[in-house]
Amino acid sequence: MADVPRAAKLRTDGLNVHYGDFHALKNVTAVIGERRLTALIGPSGCGKSTFLRVFNRMNDRVAGCRVEGIVELDGQPLYRRGVDIEALRRQVGMVFQRPNPFPLSIFENVVFGPRIHALAAGAELEAVAERCLGAVGLWDDLKDRLDDSALTITPEQMQRLCIARAIAVEPDVLLMDEPCSSLDPIATLRIESLMRELSHRYTILVVTHNMQQAARISDDTGFLLLGELVELGPTATVFTRPRDRRTEDYVTGGFG
Amino acid sequence: MTTRRHINAQFDVELRSLKDQISAMGSLVDRHVGEAVAALIERDRERARRVIEADRAVNQSELAIDEQCIRVLALQQPAASDLRFIAAALKMVTDLERIGDLAVNMAERVPALCEEPALRAVEELPQMAAAAQTMLRDVLEAFVNGDPVKAEAVLAADPAIDAWSVRIFDEVQSVMGRDPSSVPRGLATIFFAKHIERMADHTTNVAEMVIYLVRGQDVRHAKASSSPQQSPT
Repeated sequence: MADVPRAAKLRTDGLNVHYGDFHALKNVTAVIGERRLTALIGPSGCGKSTFLRVFNRMNDRVAGCRVEGIVELDGQPLYRRGVDIEALRRQVGMVFQRPNPFPLSIFENVVFGPRIHALAAGAELEAVAERCLGAVGLWDDLKDRLDDSALTITPEQMQRLCIARAIAVEPDVLLMDEPCSSLDPIATLRIESLMRELSHRYTILVVTHNMQQAARISDDTGFLLLGELVELGPTATVFTRPRDRRTEDYVTGGFG
Repeated sequence: MTTRRHINAQFDVELRSLKDQISAMGSLVDRHVGEAVAALIERDRERARRVIEADRAVNQSELAIDEQCIRVLALQQPAASDLRFIAAALKMVTDLERIGDLAVNMAERVPALCEEPALRAVEELPQMAAAAQTMLRDVLEAFVNGDPVKAEAVLAADPAIDAWSVRIFDEVQSVMGRDPSSVPRGLATIFFAKHIERMADHTTNVAEMVIYLVRGQDVRHAKASSSPQQSPT
């Protein structure tokens, strides 16, 4: 978890997001380093998930949502007319709070993206399945059950499968919205360890309500409060010498 | 840290208890140093012996504080200023315990210093000890009030104690050179001064921890790292 700054993978400058009259993100300026694991913490409703979803334009689906300001991936604006949203979502994958495998076989879940995007076909799909299930530590356990329904495996395996599905289309960035919150503590530790491994290859942005999880796994931590990005810096600094009093109060569980 | 409250009230209780115990341990070792010096002035071997025995209470405080720090780390997962407080507490008790040991060492010199008439330099030891005790009381106050400015003043007081001990060494050394029969008393005097000087050093360590826990700034070895080029000696 070195604090070596890397090139900016994602960047926002003066980002404002409104849902109708609600000002969800206020003037957020942030740099998310390439192949770093960045955790977003903050109380419910602070804008963590909104911030996450800015980067794959998931907020576009919300009626009344307005996004203003600069949002870039690899220096390219994401909110310009003509941006290919399909391509963006291949490049920026997403893993959700509850594992959401499709009601298909394990194999079909993993190759779903490559198949519909026509990235691979035939025997190539089998190679994709082996590579991606291997990367999430499922290959050995499930290689003989690839045709079983994905709904028959454990919740932890389901979440691994969803991560395998996300990386099957070879994204650069993974957005994870509380990926462990429906898992037991041991499964959580194992998924965390997988996230650390994946962060060597992908830029990962993870929303978590679990501060210890943010402390354990992330290189950088951002603290949001009432739509404001109060502080974003190396995790070790945020948890030992936060710059802002509001961060201090939050990470120490304090008030007053 | 002094006025903030945690949502988890039990955590506040633990932190307050730790702070009280550290403060009490500091007062205890201060009293032991005072008693050792009083034993020297009064030439009272029995009083010195009691100081040596009383050290057990200091050691018990150290163990109790360490154990509570470990428990807080394991159960409360402190962060930021709370984490710095626990880290500082663990280091501070070690220094306070060493000051307790130095009070014992001072008391152990008393019998040798009672044997024969005192050298002139012995007159200065109570004043020197009083100066070191003032540093200790100030640092305990700085700790309780979270006052880094006061802690800095404690750091600034240390060189005078160092210089004082050098003056005592020089004086006693020349006396021992002229009169070999004064060597046993002289050595005990030098040791006593050295114990006081070491006590002040441990007090400055505590002061550095107070600055760290309040400001999150590590001021240890600041001189060494800010002036890398050293002239050859």
